[in-house]
Amino acid sequence: MNATWSRFNITSITLGFAFLYLPIVLLVVFSFNASKLVTVWGGFSTKWYVSLFHNQGLMDAAWVTIRVGLISATVATVLGTLGALALTRYTRFRGRVLFSGMIFAPLVMPDVITGLSLLLLFVAVGLDRGFMTVTLAHITFTMCFVAVVVQSRLITFDRSLEEAAMDLGAPPVKTFFQITLPVIAPAIVSGWMLAFTLSLDDLVVASFTSGPGATTLPMKIYSQVRLGVTPEINAACTILLGLVATGVIVASIVNKRREVQRRRDEQAAQRG
Amino acid sequence: MANAASLPADAPAAGADRSPMARMAAAVTSRLVIIVPYVWLLFFFLIPFLIVFKISLSTTAIAMPPYTPVLDFADGVAGFVSGLRELSFDNYVWLTQDPLYFNAYITSVVIAAISTVLTLLVGYPIAYGMARAPASLRPTLLMLVILPFWTSFLIRVYAWIGILKPEGLLNQVLLGIGVIDTPLIIINTYAAVFIGIVYSYLPFMVLPLYSSLEKMDNSLIEAAQDLGCPPIAAFWKITFPLSVPGIVAGCLLVFIPAVGEFVIPDLLGGSQTLMIGRTLWNEFFANRDWPVSSAVAVILLLILIVPIVIFQNAQARAQEAGR
Repeated sequence: MNATWSRFNITSITLGFAFLYLPIVLLVVFSFNASKLVTVWGGFSTKWYVSLFHNQGLMDAAWVTIRVGLISATVATVLGTLGALALTRYTRFRGRVLFSGMIFAPLVMPDVITGLSLLLLFVAVGLDRGFMTVTLAHITFTMCFVAVVVQSRLITFDRSLEEAAMDLGAPPVKTFFQITLPVIAPAIVSGWMLAFTLSLDDLVVASFTSGPGATTLPMKIYSQVRLGVTPEINAACTILLGLVATGVIVASIVNKRREVQRRRDEQAAQRG
Repeated sequence: MANAASLPADAPAAGADRSPMARMAAAVTSRLVIIVPYVWLLFFFLIPFLIVFKISLSTTAIAMPPYTPVLDFADGVAGFVSGLRELSFDNYVWLTQDPLYFNAYITSVVIAAISTVLTLLVGYPIAYGMARAPASLRPTLLMLVILPFWTSFLIRVYAWIGILKPEGLLNQVLLGIGVIDTPLIIINTYAAVFIGIVYSYLPFMVLPLYSSLEKMDNSLIEAAQDLGCPPIAAFWKITFPLSVPGIVAGCLLVFIPAVGEFVIPDLLGGSQTLMIGRTLWNEFFANRDWPVSSAVAVILLLILIVPIVIFQNAQARAQEAGR
């Protein structure tokens, strides 16, 4: 393999990653800029972070966003895991084609359509727009991402383990919690994180379905960006990036540890 | 794993003599597994589309909600029938009469198609390089591709404003090293939209490409080379055809959302950029014309239905293959 890891490959990867990361790095660097001009370096300063924390509007929006994200990601993880189980475990039930269609379509559905259709639903059933409607909307489009992540783990899952447990008399629900759930847990965790970040990130669906008092952080950032680029927004973005990056890195380290532990268990089981 | 292994091997097979109660409980749980997400998606995904379709057939009114008639069964069958009579295709006629909408649809599809090809051209060498990387390095590279996807889309688009502005960083660098004399005007042009889409959707292209390239049996290439096939010919004859499923998945994952994209044309394309996602947004938020924006959404969905069905079939096939 090493022989074909040629200069061409190294160059394309280096350029590719530079393209992916340079804009983000620049954004972070300029959040520490003392000058109000975003693109002219005026010395190092953390004053934008200080003024950020005194910006009550942004802080309120951040709090709304975090609450929406936590609730919607949790519900979406439960629903998405059920959906993944239904797709992989029950190969024929009435309306399965429609069901798998409704799981996969939201992955590529343009946000404007999702947002508009959910808003019209909420208006039709007379639900006041606000915190609750944004959360419901986020559950709906993130649960499909969870379903796909969990489903890909379930496909490679060795079903003989479950069959063994059931043959030994374990009821299905117990089998699920004792055998299936521990094995697919890493996929469920990454599904939850994906749902949480998608919710944190969403501008379009939230703009359609939100109401007074439920302005999310992306909506706030968007309205400020339209007025002009400010270092304060850079600072807000840097904090968000830092949180997400920490979360992802911690999760991947935990995953790796678990994987190592699992392999050790397996080897021990085989020896024993 | 450890759980199953530690169970005694000679335990009685109790599955057969489970009580009827337990069996019924099992049947109920298996039903619930399907029904709960099913009902949720029916209510929050499918029914909303029917409502969009219904409202696209109504007319604008100065009221809340701003459309008429409100078709429902609350007024009994007679009310429903009289409501049906009031339905009109005026909004669709309106869409065909104003060239603005037609142009917006065409521009969106063309921009999405060009950006998809550009993303493929940028993404393929990256995915190829990753698939050929030493196996120990691959998980790290994979994570580096996924990481930007976890960071806010809005932030990543916003980052480009500072780079592409006339007095932005790109122009400062290019002017500084003397490549150009006058600043390039990139922001608020279609070029900026292309850059934004390629940048934002790159991970969606690289991941499926990588997974199809990584599965490839390298001995095929070695065999071709042993038989005297030059590397480039071997690429086109072996690697490329084998990566077609990845190319199809990647292109659809970029193309479909890009057609309805709102944030990128709005922030990078400026007011001149005519894309349908923005048109829908403006009809809804600026003109408060819900029926027309619903009609715009219905037509957009009709344009996308073929690629979406292809995407779903590809997903279903991949799922069958993985079984």
